[in-house]
Amino acid sequence: MGVTLPILILCLPLFMFLLLGLGGVKMTKKCAGVLGILGMGTCMTLSYIVAFTYFFSGDAAFIIDGVRQQFQVFDVTWLAFTERLVVNLGFLLDPISAMMLVVITTISFMVHLYSWGYMEGEPGFQRYYAFLSLFSFSMLGLVVATNIFQMYIFWELVGVSSYLLIGFFYKLPSAVSASKKAFIVTRFADLGFLIGILILSYYTNTFNFVDMTSNPFQVLAQTHGATFMGASVLTWAMVLIFTGGMGKSAMMPLHIWLPDAMEGPTPVSALIHAATMVVAGVYLVARMFPVYCVVEAAMTFISVVGAITAFYAAVVACTQIDIKRVLAFSTISQIAFMMVSLGVARDYAIPGVHYSGLGYMAGMFHLFTHAMFKALLFLGAGALIHAVHSNDYTKMGGLRKYMPVTHWTFLIGCLAIAGIFPFSGFFSKDEMLAAMFSSHWFWGAWMTMVAGLTAFYMFRLYFLIFWWEENPDYAHHKPHDAPWQMSVPLIFLAAVSCVAGFIPFGKLVTWNGAPYTIHIEAPVAATSLTVAVIAILLAAKMYMKKNDIPTKVKNIWPGLWTAAYHRFYWDEIYQFVTHKIIFGIICRSIAWFDRHVIDATMDGFAWITNKVSYSIRGMQSGNVQAYVLWYFLGALAIVCVTWLCLI
Amino acid sequence: MFSNILIWFVIIPVLMMAGLGLCNNKGMNAIRSVMVIGSAILLGLSIWLCVDFLNLRAAGVTDEMLHTGSWMWYAPLNIHLAVGVDGISVLMLLLSSIIVFAGTFASWKIDPLPKNFFLWYCLLSTGVFGFFISIDMFTMFMFYEVALIPMYLLIGFWGTGRKEYSAMKLTLMLMGGSAFLMLGLLGIYWHSAPAGGECTWNILEIAHNNAIDPSWQNMLFCFTFVGFGVLGAMFPFHTWSPDGHACAPTAVSMLHAGVLMKLGGYGCFRIAIYLLPAAANELAWIFIILTGISIVYGAFSACVQTDLKYINAYSSVSHCGMVLFALLMLNQTAMTGGIMQMLSHGLMTALFFALIGMIYGRTHTRDIRQMGGLMRIMPYLGVCYMIAGFASLGLPGLSGFVAEMTIFFGSFQDADTFHRIFVICACSAIVTTAVYILRVVGKLLLGPVQDEHHLQLTDATWWERLATVTLIVCIAGIGCFPNWINEAIQHSFVPIINAIQNSAF
Amino acid sequence: MDLSILWYLIPSVIMFACGVYGFVTRKNMIAILVSLELMLNAADLNFVVFNRFLFPGSMEGMVFTLFAVAIAAAETAIAIAIIINIYRSIGEMNIRLTNKMKN
Repeated sequence: MGVTLPILILCLPLFMFLLLGLGGVKMTKKCAGVLGILGMGTCMTLSYIVAFTYFFSGDAAFIIDGVRQQFQVFDVTWLAFTERLVVNLGFLLDPISAMMLVVITTISFMVHLYSWGYMEGEPGFQRYYAFLSLFSFSMLGLVVATNIFQMYIFWELVGVSSYLLIGFFYKLPSAVSASKKAFIVTRFADLGFLIGILILSYYTNTFNFVDMTSNPFQVLAQTHGATFMGASVLTWAMVLIFTGGMGKSAMMPLHIWLPDAMEGPTPVSALIHAATMVVAGVYLVARMFPVYCVVEAAMTFISVVGAITAFYAAVVACTQIDIKRVLAFSTISQIAFMMVSLGVARDYAIPGVHYSGLGYMAGMFHLFTHAMFKALLFLGAGALIHAVHSNDYTKMGGLRKYMPVTHWTFLIGCLAIAGIFPFSGFFSKDEMLAAMFSSHWFWGAWMTMVAGLTAFYMFRLYFLIFWWEENPDYAHHKPHDAPWQMSVPLIFLAAVSCVAGFIPFGKLVTWNGAPYTIHIEAPVAATSLTVAVIAILLAAKMYMKKNDIPTKVKNIWPGLWTAAYHRFYWDEIYQFVTHKIIFGIICRSIAWFDRHVIDATMDGFAWITNKVSYSIRGMQSGNVQAYVLWYFLGALAIVCVTWLCLI
Repeated sequence: MFSNILIWFVIIPVLMMAGLGLCNNKGMNAIRSVMVIGSAILLGLSIWLCVDFLNLRAAGVTDEMLHTGSWMWYAPLNIHLAVGVDGISVLMLLLSSIIVFAGTFASWKIDPLPKNFFLWYCLLSTGVFGFFISIDMFTMFMFYEVALIPMYLLIGFWGTGRKEYSAMKLTLMLMGGSAFLMLGLLGIYWHSAPAGGECTWNILEIAHNNAIDPSWQNMLFCFTFVGFGVLGAMFPFHTWSPDGHACAPTAVSMLHAGVLMKLGGYGCFRIAIYLLPAAANELAWIFIILTGISIVYGAFSACVQTDLKYINAYSSVSHCGMVLFALLMLNQTAMTGGIMQMLSHGLMTALFFALIGMIYGRTHTRDIRQMGGLMRIMPYLGVCYMIAGFASLGLPGLSGFVAEMTIFFGSFQDADTFHRIFVICACSAIVTTAVYILRVVGKLLLGPVQDEHHLQLTDATWWERLATVTLIVCIAGIGCFPNWINEAIQHSFVPIINAIQNSAF
Repeated sequence: MDLSILWYLIPSVIMFACGVYGFVTRKNMIAILVSLELMLNAADLNFVVFNRFLFPGSMEGMVFTLFAVAIAAAETAIAIAIIINIYRSIGEMNIRLTNKMKN
């Protein structure tokens, strides 16, 4: 494959960003929108060509004896730290990056198209498209990174694009503080990532993914058994790198930014905070997967963090009122699902398990299907918000009659996420659960429970929006379906969610490139399907018609409900630590110390000099007699000293 | 003598001063044209020098210094006017000329007494350029003083707020540093030659002789490092910086933070580390602690300031701490990162101070609590401020990221726990930096408009746009294509690294 | 009796000490002038004595003393002239009170 297409894929969004960013103010909105959509459309087409060539051309560069290869299309030097530690910028094609190219450009294109309808009439329309292009560029650069430092570069860039897009409505203080929070929390996580890279690169002397993952035991050997505080340095490095992933993928305890990030425009939430950027952590783990596999402790850590987060987010999602927040927590929960799935996978055969790398494949599969149906759900939520001008489900209810397109597509999204056959979520979730059960029954059982909760809260949301009781305000302002720019993406994504499960994903994406045939694990599938159906029925019973069961349920443990509604007070804890302790105590005391100790010392020198000068000023009296006296005393002193010295 | 290109970096500012002498304070256009022509020639000259330098290096010229020249100035003490440049000084000259150029436009409407302002401004530039071209310690020191003295008048007369106090404090603290420095330089001079040889001020000869006794080196290292460290805003000698910057007029803040503070870092490695390598090996740890404190301390202090200039001054303390920190790591990568940080910090702080000056010129306040939502009112300045902020917090594609990463990865090569702990502390500054930058951006530019009167304000004028665009292009240029700079610097460090390694045994 | 150098130096020291004491403590300008002369003469005495005892072959000390005496005479004449003028203009000889120019 030539380098033209890959370079174009990266440069086109960057060029669109510069064009719309610098020239946007001179353009009409329509012009900017069309340019943005055309640019992204071209980029999508090119990505499809590249991905298709990679998967299906059978070229010896991409596939040898049925095993898919990693292929660096180009890799140019960007910055040479030392002779061996060189940062390159390149384009790595392998199964997961090719898949991500498709996911990112598809969702991004849908969001570009959707935004044309959704953002119509908003000031800063051109700026919005410029930022979307910037984000697409950064995210594409991230997934095709040939080395971990390139990934870090684009990792930071997606962070900034996310900051800019969350804070798009910058006149609202809530949007400003949400964007700030998102950036700082992920920056904090990136600190861990950076230190992890520092440690890893110090020992391996390379940033390159292929070098590291092709021979992970060499990486282990290069650390020469060095340990720090009881754990090997490689464990530290990998756990710290994962910390970066925890920040971006909103794992506990760094999840707090994602629900607030919903202050951004809804299409942005669909693109960044559901489908692409938040899975960067999962992608990172998948990218470094063979290295993670040699560090058992790091894998356990990933699974545990994932399992706790998945459950926590699912519980919180059951109580939220804001529909976007429900979706945000559902995203957290689903990403945690992928994390657990990766955490239980191994790159070596485990006795009694027929395919130990299943978790990897399943996690990636879920990443793909989740991106589609979660983007669909967010865009659906956007259509709802567009129609009723509120994020709050209490302002909705009974909308199925007014907004049929939104209703049906949203329902498909809910069925997919709940894991109902034959929608895409069923297949990926089934594979993930099978992988978890094959690792240890506990992971399987725990995550099946989370899957049940997922089905419950998604259908709670669905019924509350589309059934329940009609909002009387509809009389004044009749909600209606969105314009075609918004409906087309919904229908497209719904169609993808219906059929994506039948993609032979095991043939395309596995940890080592060797094909694997997906089987439906009947007992696992039956269990998860049963749990999901029961959860949906329960949700239907509680929320389909207006009744007082929800209130009664809420009042069984009002404390628990309130705690879950307040997300178990994580934000308050962070607020306390950052504002009261770090700002209030540390920063203020340092600033005080600077003014009143350091600066005062310097001023003190000046003061002392001043005082001393004033006090000895009297000696310069002009009185010759006094001078003579001092002169003789001085001469005498010198004589005495000389005399004493000579003795 | 005049055939040496480097001399012209000093002659042109002097000619500019002569030209300004012919103008009068009413003839603003004449003053501006002298300044613009002069600074443009300087900029062109430094770009030409840069290209020429890279070409010579590419052609395989491996001399340590290029364009060298030496003219006797005062024979009894063997003082020469000796000039020469390596990759680092070339870049520093480029940085200085960019900032002088941008500063000229940033002080387009300076009032009162524009002629006198620019006279002192040119004198300051003379000192700065002279410092970077010198390889004779005495002339270097002389130019250093030439650069410091005009500060007093520029801040004391054209400043704002408690200007007399700040000007006095700044001048006295820097003069205190100079006193240490003079002691150190004299010490180096008297020990510069092997027994029986003639003492010399020439840096290259001193390094070549390598005759200074290690026990003397330790003392002289402390003197010279502290002397230059004061100008490099090293903890605990940094307090002139917040007050000085806060009161200085825009262009002076730019030149001061952008170039003058770099004199400190430049002197630290060119004199303290290069000429006293044994002491550098032995005593670096003390200064690593101090600069490590600077980095963290400056960042935390910046988090609670409410005056825009104080925030940037403390942020400069943090960033300049990073420069000295990197230089003290004594390995090639980290030191290269230190120089890149000097360039990057110079450009972005100059941009920051230029923007703060422009905003202050409109709103007449620098208190972030009294401003808000300026992005809506002056989008151009707002975007520039955001770019400067992103450069400061290390966004890839802008210069700060490249510099910081080079520092971190270089510093991490020193594999002992002490260095590791300090590197990790230094890394933590990237989070703190993000906190204070976003705090300012959030309060100043975003959110609702705080003051109704601000709605009448206008966006940037053409000269302000020119000043900011020049700086932004350079910041993005370094950020996107760092490798040529990296290579130019890395090669220049070879003799210094050799000196350090030879003295380690 | 052979007088040792000490017999010449002791009176010289006494003269000098008296001169210093007088110069520092006296208020009358004439008295200060007298004290000054005492110190000067003590120094002259030393010149002569050292010349005589240490370098008997040369005459520099003697010559120098003659010069010094001559200059002292001239100086006294000028000083008295100044003092008289001051007395004429402000009617005062006290050195503590002749600081009008300072203000």
